Amino acid sequence: MQTTRLAAASAAALGLLLATGCTTDSPTDAPEDETTTAAESGDEWFVQADYDEQLAQRDIEPEGDPATPWLQAIEPEWIDTSQFAREGGDATVCFSNASVSNPWRVTGWITMQQQVEVLQESGEIGEFRVSDAGDDDDQQISDIQAFIDAGDCNAIIISPSTTATLTPAVEAACESGVPVVVFDRGVNTDCAVTFIHPIGGYAFGADAAEFLVDELEPGSKVLALRILPGVDVLENRWAAAEKIFAESELEVLGNEFTGGDAAEIKNIVTQYLQRGDVDGIWMDAGDGAVAAIEAFEDAGKPLPVMTGEDELSFMRKWEETGMTALAPVYSNFQWRTPIIAATMILAGEQVPAEWVLPQDPITAAELDDYLARNEEMPSLHYAKFGGEDLPGFPDAWRDR
Amino acid sequence: MTRLRGPVDLLRWAANPTGTVFVLLAVIFAWIFVLNDAFFAGPSFMAFLKQAAPLMVLAAGQYFVIVSGNFDLSVGALVGAQVVIAARLIDGEESRTVPVLLVMVGFGLLVGLVNGLITTVLKVQSFITTLGMLLVLFGAIRLWTGGAPTGGLSESFRTAGRMGIEGVPVLGQIPWAVIIMVAVGAGAILLMRTGFGRILMASGDNERAAGLAGARVDAARIAAFLLSGLSATIAGILIGGYAGVSAQVGDGLEFTVITAVVLGGVVLGGGRGSVLAAMAGALAIEALFSLFNQMALPATLRPTVQGAIIIAAVAYAARRRARPGSTAPHVSATANPS
Repeated sequence: MQTTRLAAASAAALGLLLATGCTTDSPTDAPEDETTTAAESGDEWFVQADYDEQLAQRDIEPEGDPATPWLQAIEPEWIDTSQFAREGGDATVCFSNASVSNPWRVTGWITMQQQVEVLQESGEIGEFRVSDAGDDDDQQISDIQAFIDAGDCNAIIISPSTTATLTPAVEAACESGVPVVVFDRGVNTDCAVTFIHPIGGYAFGADAAEFLVDELEPGSKVLALRILPGVDVLENRWAAAEKIFAESELEVLGNEFTGGDAAEIKNIVTQYLQRGDVDGIWMDAGDGAVAAIEAFEDAGKPLPVMTGEDELSFMRKWEETGMTALAPVYSNFQWRTPIIAATMILAGEQVPAEWVLPQDPITAAELDDYLARNEEMPSLHYAKFGGEDLPGFPDAWRDR
Repeated sequence: MTRLRGPVDLLRWAANPTGTVFVLLAVIFAWIFVLNDAFFAGPSFMAFLKQAAPLMVLAAGQYFVIVSGNFDLSVGALVGAQVVIAARLIDGEESRTVPVLLVMVGFGLLVGLVNGLITTVLKVQSFITTLGMLLVLFGAIRLWTGGAPTGGLSESFRTAGRMGIEGVPVLGQIPWAVIIMVAVGAGAILLMRTGFGRILMASGDNERAAGLAGARVDAARIAAFLLSGLSATIAGILIGGYAGVSAQVGDGLEFTVITAVVLGGVVLGGGRGSVLAAMAGALAIEALFSLFNQMALPATLRPTVQGAIIIAAVAYAARRRARPGSTAPHVSATANPS
């Protein structure tokens, strides 16, 4: 009797844990309701106007020096910030971070801290106060409220964990009167002084899909590997690719969710190779790209034409194998920009209302250059991190 | 199982909870065969077994803990931790492979020991102990690596999970992972036949009776956790070797493996089931993933279908067990684990 009761209780608890575990363990978190409504079609995530705008932005020459892409902006609409101008340095800058739960965010976070150190040395920033919400919306809402309540933040920087849920918190921060800078994922309000982001998910997905369409013969078979459903930045990448593939003569074998887990990726690719040939691989993020390549190697099949990301393990494997590949980029150097933007605003300088950073993929021609620049960096580092000129380079990123 | 005398015996065997998983496995394999018979060509099937091996090893370890009346939820995090530790310590240096392997075994046993001691000596329910351990390991690795694993595995480290004996007729390659998995399975079966195995089973079936009969229940349960930690270490070596390092290695494995063990007819709460069936449960889950792939089932539909099949299989087995007059409970409790 006791054993059955224990079993029942354990099974119930297990179920509960499973239900919550699904949402808390994922590398880039999505609220559960979104995950379920995302379903199969990319349609809900496809907005033609945004798609057209992002694809057009890829061809627009950004303003600013190409040597410092984190300061460049595409078609900026400069706004006056003199109302926020502040005398004397040593500003207290408060940063509410969604999380550092994946290598992309870790790399960016290191870059941001190094940028802060430079501005602390020069006396523009005094205290840099940080809270990390660990991918928890509620936590981030209270983190932001704590900054507002403290009352001594001269600027608040927010990297929202999700769009809709964080909107009221960002609005509250704006109402407190201090300048607010939002970056990476957006929110449904433009109350922030500036919103900083690279071109976006559609451009990322389109860069990759167009490369496969160009490089592969008509009729070739492409497999799409995706991290997880329901996250807007990732869904947009796939929506763009799905559209381009549909208009091409390539055959999409399937689109699979991998959780970014290398073992899962290798399993899935191995299984597809058991079914037949795969000529191309499209990925919505580079995590685990090497495992996909190894699946081809282990099965003794010719390597596919492939798109990954500017993650170094993929780029090194690309160089080593000489395969045909492209590294689309979701500009990691954007983590520098909010800090610089905050000091610009506090100095009363103009900033773009929406600060769209360039987002150029790394091509075969640039591969050696980027590998040489990042020679000492660990595998799970992003080539376009944009911190080579900061004093902490290379130790801060190497010895993470 | 080896002493089946006729169709009636065969039916009875198939109807008992342990047998269900083998029937399920046969059905899945038959279905895959219909869809794509090339799947069963030597090299292709070996590749399938290679990818299934880590989960099967993990299922053997989890079996010991579950049959003794506990849970080990920390194995997924432990697998992840082991891979990350290996990458960081080896950092691509061939010469460090063996010492680091020893460190990993030590670490796996240590985690098992802590789980076991907290559960038995401090009387904390294993569900909570190992859930806590899951979080501790997860957090410690995040803290240690800053969220992104660094370093790299050496070629020789990856041999076990990725390579094999090449040039075998028909099969092509016999992966080391498969050989290791078979060895672990054989070891586990033999272990369950010893006095230790019987004590373990008795501890899960009726702790008090086992204690009164003079069995050292706590010692057996601690040993089960040690075995689970060891199996997670082996699984970590195989998974790391198979696919390399990523930040998500091991995520959610604890649930997959517990599902596998339950699918194998092992009863949560302990005292019933065979280790071979638990490993077959793991194989069935991997086969199910392959089947979904062969069917080109939309990725979003898979968890639902998987869940439905698992519930149906376990419910079927449970109904058989509960039927009045059925000999199943007795058979499964003392079933020869071969």
